[in-house]
Amino acid sequence: MEQNRLTTNIAGLKLTNPTILASGIMGYSAESMDRVAKSGAGAVITKSVGIKPRVGYANPTIVQTESGLINAMGLPNPGIEKYVNEIKHAKTVLQVPLIVSVFGYSADEYAIVAKKAAEAGADAIELNVSCPHVKQTGAEIGQNPNILSEVVKKVKAETTVPLIVKLSPNVADIVVFAKAAVEAGADVLTAVNTLKALAIDAETMIPILNNIKGGLSGAAIKPVSLRCVYDIADVVDVPIIGCGGISNWRDAVEFLLAGASAVQIGTAVADDIKVFQSVNKGLETYLRKKRYENVKEIVGLAHRK
Amino acid sequence: MPIANNTMRTTQILEIRNESPTVKTFVFTDRLCSKAKPGQFLMLWIPGIDEIPLSIMDTSNGIVSVSVKAVGDATRYMHTMQTGAIIGIRGPFGNSFTETRGRALLVGGGTGTAPLLFLAKQLSTKTDRLTFVEGAKTKEELLFLKQIGKICEYKNTITTTEDGTAGLQCLVTKPLSDVLDREHFDMIYTCGPEVMVKKIFEMTDKRKLPIEASLERLMRCGIGLCGSCVIGKYRVCRDGPVFTGAQLREIKNELGTSKIGIDGSKVPI
Repeated sequence: MEQNRLTTNIAGLKLTNPTILASGIMGYSAESMDRVAKSGAGAVITKSVGIKPRVGYANPTIVQTESGLINAMGLPNPGIEKYVNEIKHAKTVLQVPLIVSVFGYSADEYAIVAKKAAEAGADAIELNVSCPHVKQTGAEIGQNPNILSEVVKKVKAETTVPLIVKLSPNVADIVVFAKAAVEAGADVLTAVNTLKALAIDAETMIPILNNIKGGLSGAAIKPVSLRCVYDIADVVDVPIIGCGGISNWRDAVEFLLAGASAVQIGTAVADDIKVFQSVNKGLETYLRKKRYENVKEIVGLAHRK
Repeated sequence: MPIANNTMRTTQILEIRNESPTVKTFVFTDRLCSKAKPGQFLMLWIPGIDEIPLSIMDTSNGIVSVSVKAVGDATRYMHTMQTGAIIGIRGPFGNSFTETRGRALLVGGGTGTAPLLFLAKQLSTKTDRLTFVEGAKTKEELLFLKQIGKICEYKNTITTTEDGTAGLQCLVTKPLSDVLDREHFDMIYTCGPEVMVKKIFEMTDKRKLPIEASLERLMRCGIGLCGSCVIGKYRVCRDGPVFTGAQLREIKNELGTSKIGIDGSKVPI
């Protein structure tokens, strides 16, 4: 009964398991996302799409460090006008929910893109208000509670599908932003996007990334994202999706115990696209051994005093 | 080693060789990449300029060679670099050609010849006969003729040029048809422009012959995350760059037809 034990529901999104492909990873084409779904993901999230096409930055767009990966892709995307066709195509191919990640340079832009994505068939929208490496969008929106609130309200007014807000960890107190997003209408929170980071090459004495700064992901940030989930779970009632450094079932269990209802996996796909399968298998075994009937039962248990 | 831990290291360019008016070979030391297998690639950082994927052309005792054609800003800049200049290396990444002990046919177009030369060197000690077909636009752009001739024997080497300045005046696919009808091969290896690869795949597919083709795409991360090099359900950087006939059949609608462009939308090739 593996299916039943892992089945969950996040703000109306029915998932066969709680693992989700994180935004930015392999998420342009329907075929690519379908492969991830067939590798075990319970849902997939597209790369962030905006109102106009963007080519992103020149290489190097990633730096592999000893402790994690820093990326500054620069939000390359075809623009929503073209991308609606890929969303429609993806909906005919995918057998799991399709979540479209959206970014904009203003509340109106976020709302326009989100509306078009939802009309094209997106099962949910995730707002990228946390990309740390593109000016005037992403984290620059999500690091101001008033602007964040305005964006969430506008999008909420224009769409009916579940609205997920992906938070930035690059703030003094993430709880303030979690509350602001929920009060403005967020149905789900994703915690967290990458941590703003830098890599310098000692030999040539220059920053390695073309954009100089980028976002750190991978195992290095897991303790930080886990703490963010734990803190947010204390103050909001909406479901939380954990994201940041999850690469095996034990990581996933820790996020669930901290208060996440599901987890997103991104960087770990580099080592194995079947990471979703292995997380699910381990999680199922864990739940059976601990005598839980369903994954929902362990959400937030670490908060017990 | 987890792929994400394949961190960039800097090294000096030891030697630069002119292969043609537009192609230079760069030689440097790199411990990890010197253990690469034919077909694998590396990401080469040109400090302050760009980072580009390159097929590995040769390895020996810690030394690595790559051949670079001046086609864009980054590669044109690289052609102005001198020995002693610092570059950064990540890799080796991707899969490799599988070895065959039987008769092998190698078909290279342009700089696609580079990984096939590496493969030919390795196969030469294991197979009794190698046949090499190489095509280029002009005589001057036919790469590595001496080395290929030495490994495969000149009688087993066929060259074509589009302008007829050397070898047969035709595309590389033209003599191939005769070769495939005349002789038996246990494996066909190819690398070059995708339109050429597609034609060769169709020729081998019709004759039910095994093939391995190395593909090229816009690459950003090189480790299977960013999605820039996706063709069908495959990532060229992580699932390739070498694809089997069965895989090529799965992606034949996109092969030689469309690719993911710099803004993530599908564009014609």
